[in-house]
Formats: sequence, C-alpha cells, structure tokens
Amino acid sequence: MFLTPKRIFRSVLISIWFMVLVFPIMGIRIVRRVPEYYLDRVLAVGVVIFFLSLLWAWYFEVYKERGETKGIFSKIGTTCSEFSQKITNEESIQRKIVLVTLLFFVAFPLFSSMYQTTIFSLAFLYVMLALGLNIVVGIAGQLVLGYAAFYAIGAYSYALINQFFGLGFWICLPIAGIITIFAGLLLAFPVLRLRGDYLAIVTLGFGEIVRLLLINWSSFTRGSQGISNIPRPGFFGIELSPAETTMYIYYLCLLAAILTIIIVARLKNSRIGLALQALREDEIAGEAMGIDLRKTKLAAFALGSCWAGFAGVLFAARNSYINPTSFTFMDSAMILSMVVLGGMGSIVGVTLAALVLAIMPEYLRAFSEYRMLIFGLLMVAMMIFRPQGIIPPAKRKYYPTALENAEKK
Amino acid sequence: MDWQYFLEILFSGFTRGSIYALIALGYTMVYGIIELINFAHGEIYMIGAFTAFIVAGILGTMGFPVSAILIIAALVAVLWCVAYGYTLEKVAYKPLRGQSRLAPLISAIGMSIFLQNYVQLAQTAEFLRFPIRMPRIEFLSVFGGILRSSDFVILVTSAVIMTALSLFIRYTKLGKAMRATAQNRKMAMLLGIDADKIISLTFIIGSGLAALGGTLIATHTMQVGFGIGFMAGMKAFTAAVLGGIGSIPGAMLGGLVLGIAESLTTGYFSGDYEDVLAFALLALILIFRPSGILGKAKVQKV
Repeated sequence: MFLTPKRIFRSVLISIWFMVLVFPIMGIRIVRRVPEYYLDRVLAVGVVIFFLSLLWAWYFEVYKERGETKGIFSKIGTTCSEFSQKITNEESIQRKIVLVTLLFFVAFPLFSSMYQTTIFSLAFLYVMLALGLNIVVGIAGQLVLGYAAFYAIGAYSYALINQFFGLGFWICLPIAGIITIFAGLLLAFPVLRLRGDYLAIVTLGFGEIVRLLLINWSSFTRGSQGISNIPRPGFFGIELSPAETTMYIYYLCLLAAILTIIIVARLKNSRIGLALQALREDEIAGEAMGIDLRKTKLAAFALGSCWAGFAGVLFAARNSYINPTSFTFMDSAMILSMVVLGGMGSIVGVTLAALVLAIMPEYLRAFSEYRMLIFGLLMVAMMIFRPQGIIPPAKRKYYPTALENAEKK
Repeated sequence: MDWQYFLEILFSGFTRGSIYALIALGYTMVYGIIELINFAHGEIYMIGAFTAFIVAGILGTMGFPVSAILIIAALVAVLWCVAYGYTLEKVAYKPLRGQSRLAPLISAIGMSIFLQNYVQLAQTAEFLRFPIRMPRIEFLSVFGGILRSSDFVILVTSAVIMTALSLFIRYTKLGKAMRATAQNRKMAMLLGIDADKIISLTFIIGSGLAALGGTLIATHTMQVGFGIGFMAGMKAFTAAVLGGIGSIPGAMLGGLVLGIAESLTTGYFSGDYEDVLAFALLALILIFRPSGILGKAKVQKV
C-alpha cells in the first residue's frame, strides 16, 4: 500500500512549503506601483507539487527499492535502448528505417509550406550543432558551455569575409571551418589542464567574451545592429526564386546534417574516437595506456568546433541576417540540453533530441514561451531519473567469439 | 591627477566588490563542501532582489518610513532566499550525490535556466524600477559626494555580515563542523557530524548572503530584472576563484579586487569591456594560478 496517510500528509506539507516559497514571485506583481495578487497561480503550483511529491516519494521509496529492472520508467528506457540496439545490430531494419526517414525528409519540402521548410532547415542545423557538441561533451566528456561562440564565429566569418572581400558561400565555408577550428584550438590550448567544472566555467566565459566582443567591437562587427544582406549560396550561377532558394537551403542543411551524422558516427568508433572515450572514462588510465592527452583533447575541440562553424555559415546564409542575440548562453544551453536529453555520446539519441527540441516549440506555440523553463527542468529531471539520456549510447563490447558462444551455452 | 575622481571610482569599486564578495561567499562555501559550482546561485541573488522589490512595492503603498521598508524588504528577501536555497539543494543536488561530477553540474545549469525563466514568466521580462531610494545619511556630506549613502550602507552592512560569518565559522560548533566537513566529509561523518545538515546549512547561509547582496544592489542601481543573476553570478564566481575557491577570506578579498579592477577600467578606459575584463581575468587565473590568491594548490591523486 503506497498511499498511507503519513505519505499524503507529507505531500500536503511539501505542497504548502512550495506555495509559500513561490508566493512572492508568482503570487504578487507590482504593476505601476500597485500590487496585484494572483493567488490562483500559487494554488495551481500547490496542486501540481502535491502530485509531483507523491510521484517523487513513489520513485525513491518504492520504485528504487524494487530494483532497477522493473517499473515503468526503466521499462520505457530499456525498450528504447533495446530498440536502438536492435536497430544497430540488425542491418535490414536499420536500412529500412533510414530509407523511410530519408525519403520523408527529401520529399518534405514538396508537400509542405515554405514556412515549415525553413523550420526544418533550422532543425537540421541544430542536429549539426548538437552532434558537434556531442563530440566534445558526449564522446570526450569535456563539458563545454560556450558552444554558441563557435557557431557565432562561423556565422560572422562568412558574413565578414563576404562583406570585406566579397567572397561567396562555397569559398567561405571551408575558410570559416578553418577559422572556427583555430578558435577551438585557441580555447583548447590554455584549458587542457582544467578539469570538469573549471573547464565548464572557462568555456562559458569564452562564449560570453565572444558575444560581448561582437556587440562592442561595432566598427568591425556592426555591434548589436548585426550584419544584413548576407548572400545565399549560389547554385551553379543560376538565379533562384525565393521559394526555390528556401528549398535549396533546406536540401543543403539536410545534406550537411546527414554528412555530420555519418562522419560523427564513423569518428566515434575510429582510433581517435576510442581514445576520447577512454579519456572520458579515466584520464590517468588512458594516459597510462599510451594515449597522448594533449593531442587527443585538442583534436576533440577542433572537431567539435568545426561543426559549429559549418552550421554557423549555413545559418548566416539561411537567414541572410545575423546579430549577436542569436548566440547567447541560452543558445549554448539549449544545444547542451539536446545532447544531455538524447544521451551523451549517443548519435541516434542526440539527433532525435535535436530534431524534436528544435521543431516542437514551433508547432506548439503555447509551449514556445515555456520552452527554456521546461528545458531547464528537463535537464534536472534527466540527471536525477535517467542520467544516461533517452537513448543511451551502446557500449562497444569486446567479446571473443568463442567466449560469447560459451556464454550462450 | 584628479583625486576626487579617483576616490569616487575607488569607493564605487569597493561597493561593487563587497556585493561580489557577498555572492562569492556562497559559491566558495558550497564548493568547499561538496565541490560543486552552484550555477543557480546567481539566480538566488536575483530572486532576492525581486522579493525585496515586491515587498518594498507593497509596503511603499502603505506609508511606512523608508528605512523600515528597506530593513523589512531585506529580511523577507533573506528569509525567502534561504528557503529557495534549501529547497534547491534538496531537489536538484541531493539526489545526485555520489554520481559522476558532470551530473550535478548539468543539474545546476538546468536549475539556473529554470529559475531565470520562472521569474521572467511569473513577473516580467523588462527591467523594473526599484520604488524606494536609500535615505540620505547626513554626516556623509563631509565627504563631498564621494561616498553616496547607498555605497555607505552596502559597505557597512557587508563588512558587518562578513565579520560575523568569519567569527561564526571560526568559533562556533557549527562553524567547526562546517570546516571539518569541508576538509574530509567521510571522516567528519565518522566523528558524528551530520553531513546532510551541514550541506543544507551551507546552502542556507550562502543563499541568505546572496539575497542580502541582491537587496543591496537593488537599492543601489535602482532597478531589478530577471537577467541580473547571470552576470553577477559569473562575476562573483570569478571573485571566488580569484581569491582561491573554498577559502572564505579569499572570496572576500577576490570580490574587492575584482570590484576595484572593474571600476578602474570603467573609470579610466571604457565601460564597454567591463564584462570582458572579468571573464578574461577568470580564464587567466584558472590557467596560471588555479588555486587563486589565498587557496592551496590541490594535488590530484590517482
């Protein structure tokens, strides 16, 4: 019996506590020096907290006692991860799913409006960003909080090179990539020695410095006004109508996202990817096994930042207007929450999370106002209830075949 | 050289610095005990400022004397922020104890984002004018306007509070327990110290100080907004690192140094790069002297 009077009483107390807690901020607003009271909001919080605290108690006192393998939460989780493992193991299903999704996305602009096409092209950019950050945070285990800075550097590289030298999209793309790689290395060299939380803070500072420079160095970057009239990418010198351009950019972003997925997936199991994962698990043990800590970490930063650079160039070309407000800490946090929710290191999970989190606010208008609120809460909830993410990465196992057969018997 | 101008800048640096120090104490104490950067600490400061704003707004219409309003507002802000800090620790950090270091950090970032948006949605996204001006303190006119009354109140309050905190940590039993837990939590638990209670106490003290800082800054800059916590939190963290994270006198020293450095750059160069200075300073210290001015270098053991 879970709902004992004692538990209910405790939940009532907790909900009263929270109602008192939120009372000044949620219950009172001073509008033109006159206080207005909103007691209904406070009561709503109380009711929600009452049920949440029961759920919380159930989770920690009943569910956890029963063991990790039973119950709804982990059933959903294990079904997800089993499903993803099944997909990774069985190539025929994998091919079918990939083919269907690909067909859907390729055909998407043909049956949807221009507005939806632009939303999806932005979602693909977020896939690129999230996967790029996934290299650094998920695979290499280095918490970077200023990722939007690289995105900004990519976007501004294209915009400024174009403004000052008149170079086009296709030449700027690799140049911006190289510039962002250098920015990544510039950040990585000094922070090589820093661990977890210090690294997080310095990268956050880096992100803010870049943003503040973009705002304040107005003779060069035009400050908070931003840069407009950024040309869209050329298509073999053919003039395109606005609708065609939207479609063209959509396909470019799709292609870029697919390339990112393929490359990051290959990278993860490459020599350097494995080295990064080893360092994530234990730096000292990794070094003892002969991994060059310096080189590997630098590689992680370079690889991670370069994707943000590419995404930035595409972003600038897609919007044809950029200003510093697109590259704040909240944007970094949003990309990070995609990585965290999807499952740090998991490519399928992060891709899905990026698509869902980027598209959802556009379709649920009511939700878009509460977007960051919910993201923040989700980040906390994920860490408490499912730190490995929705679809955790499948760990590579090294079983000699003979041993595996023996185990089966 | 214009001495009056210099002194004005110096005092404004001291004022800023003492606010940074008040917030930095919360960071440094929490870090000292559970080795977590409490990202949401800046938001507690912001909530403190908002609560003070709301209380002052209500009392302002009732015709209380100004100094009474300020004192009540500060007390209410401290009380509520203490509750926020306590709840924050219980909800977002306690369930994560014993997990990898990344988990509580991400949870803290999530909480910071949540609290910022919570205040923005519940209140407003705009900056609000703080309704009450600090009353003029007569004898300050001797200084010829170098020291404003809000500067004076901030300096005196923070000096008193910091002295009290130092004495509390140094001489009381709870303070001793806090120091013991910071040194070695397991050993402290073996000796009968309730580590959970000490951690809660740390959050309570830290949040109270942040709320006080928030109230004071609201009366000084005369405005509150949902976004003020992020920058202030970052700067206070810089101050804590500058002084040596985990060290309580370090946080006070770091706050003052940072405040004065900022005021000097703003006063003699340009205000545009004031925030850049703090971040650049932070990066430089972490890279060249991560132990800070007063901290002890930590050797990572295998």
